[in-house]
Amino acid sequence: MTSKAMQPGETGVPEVDSIRNQELERAREVALAAVGKQDRKRRYAQIVLAIMLLIGGLGMIFPFVWMVVSSLKRAQDIYSLSLIPPEPTLGNYKEVLQKTSYVRWFANSIVIATITTLSVAFFDSLAGYTLAKFRFPGSTAIFVLILSTLMVPTEMLVIPWYMMSIEFHWTDSYWGIMFPGVMSAFGVFLMRQFFMGVPNELIDAARLDGFSEFRIFWKIALPLVKPAVAALCIFTFLGNWNAYIWPLIVTRSESMRTLPVGIAFFSSESQSSFHLIMAAASLATVPVIIIFLIFQRQIIKGIALAGLKG
Amino acid sequence: MRLTLERRRWLWGYAFILIPLLFFLAIRIGPTLYAVWVSFHKWDPIAIDRPFIGMDNYRTLIDDKVFWKSLRNTWIYVGVGVPAGLILSLLIALGLQRMIRFTGFFRALYFLPYVTSLVAVGWVWRWMYMPNGLFNDVLSWVGIGPFKWLGSPDMAIYAIIATTVWQGLGFQIIIFLAGLESIPEDYLDAASVDGATAWQKFRDIVLPLLNPTLVFLIVTGVISNLQVFTQVRSMSSQGTGGPLNSTISIVLYVYQQAFQSLPAKMGYASAMTVVLFLMILAITIVQLKVLQRDTE
Repeated sequence: MTSKAMQPGETGVPEVDSIRNQELERAREVALAAVGKQDRKRRYAQIVLAIMLLIGGLGMIFPFVWMVVSSLKRAQDIYSLSLIPPEPTLGNYKEVLQKTSYVRWFANSIVIATITTLSVAFFDSLAGYTLAKFRFPGSTAIFVLILSTLMVPTEMLVIPWYMMSIEFHWTDSYWGIMFPGVMSAFGVFLMRQFFMGVPNELIDAARLDGFSEFRIFWKIALPLVKPAVAALCIFTFLGNWNAYIWPLIVTRSESMRTLPVGIAFFSSESQSSFHLIMAAASLATVPVIIIFLIFQRQIIKGIALAGLKG
Repeated sequence: MRLTLERRRWLWGYAFILIPLLFFLAIRIGPTLYAVWVSFHKWDPIAIDRPFIGMDNYRTLIDDKVFWKSLRNTWIYVGVGVPAGLILSLLIALGLQRMIRFTGFFRALYFLPYVTSLVAVGWVWRWMYMPNGLFNDVLSWVGIGPFKWLGSPDMAIYAIIATTVWQGLGFQIIIFLAGLESIPEDYLDAASVDGATAWQKFRDIVLPLLNPTLVFLIVTGVISNLQVFTQVRSMSSQGTGGPLNSTISIVLYVYQQAFQSLPAKMGYASAMTVVLFLMILAITIVQLKVLQRDTE
């Protein structure tokens, strides 16, 4: 084949085609200009939007900036408006660390949030898996029972929990702080939702291979819902790390306080010494902010996942 | 004796669910019923005698001005805080959705407050609200103020709501963004071809399809605002819900009656938590009704 294929609309007559091609060229230029204009308009819109979102976003994080700035000011400079401390000092931090059991509170919070999270991840997964994949007399009733506890506000339970803790001598202990949260109905519901998506054929095949029921759960089903477990862990850890009302009620001694409870007591006892309060607030929030900045993608994805299915 | 395969599987099911079931019975269901039981008693944990007094606690509630105040305040926290948070977060989510670049960076900016402790940020806001603090200083440049903020009985509750909205915004934005992403682009393109304006597309396509997301955020928002406690304790004067009880919430009043008053009024406080529970129950039922209507 020697002749090149004719374009649609070409006549094969050279004069006609050359005029046609000129027309086409002009039309293309006009179209490109219009697209360029739209593009530019869109780009301006993007820039305006970005500036607005940036201003809003800086407003969102400004309280943290002001917290850190204030924490670096000396007591006599604390009411100055400058964003740069006139004579930056770490003295406030030193004073907070000396006056309080900050390190102990931090460790308490880590221990409590970690153990609670591991427990919730394990038991909620197990219960969710069972309620998704096993049919036995009473299984629906058990599911409804667990789900119904979601409606009960924590505040209704703290008084009975407190009486229990007194009765069993759990006050002022790690177990006392942790026991109400070692499982969560929300987590059971969330994990059940995800385990429903695991194909039954897979489980039956594993049964035929002679896997025990627990091994099927642990080795086959659980790895398939890893993102959900991760989401549940993030949710639970954050919730326990920031929990306030129950640890406030159940702790007595200063050394058993969690970080939020310790910070709350220190702040209200500080007689408006805001240079110290801001140092304490920074000590409580900056570690979380650093962790968040490192894992922000996973954390935001996890929260969205947990929020949507929940 | 040999068990059939089905029976054996039942046993596994019971074995797996046993510990969680015992937990929920002992730590959730039991205490819920116990709280109702306690609410019918005059209950001081130190006293030997805890007499049954029937509905007396509830009758006292009706005449308790502070309880009514806390109930009213709690509904202000809900009625102002939830809509304000939803409108702001939806606007920001719509903006973020249109961003092509730096989306991760912007999301992180808006989400950051959500991960921090409400106790700590409550005190940071309290510092900014001080009579000679940041807000009044900045407002004085444009000749406004000074305001008393947390010291003013008319203003304090709204100052606390602002902090609550700020802290919860990130969560709501992320949920809205997920909801917006689930709207098929074809619908919007088709509407554009038909010449629909941006507002028409939002009102007639985006908003109706966003309905489940809205219901979820409204319900979680209402329930969490009904239980507002931490920020009031951190931000109100002396942490007691002042000035003049203008910021006291139901949960803070429960806490004061059960754990701070002498003698401790645990029966009375329990009666209040039963009222709170009934409100949450009513909202949950409404939610189920709305969602049911949606799927029909």
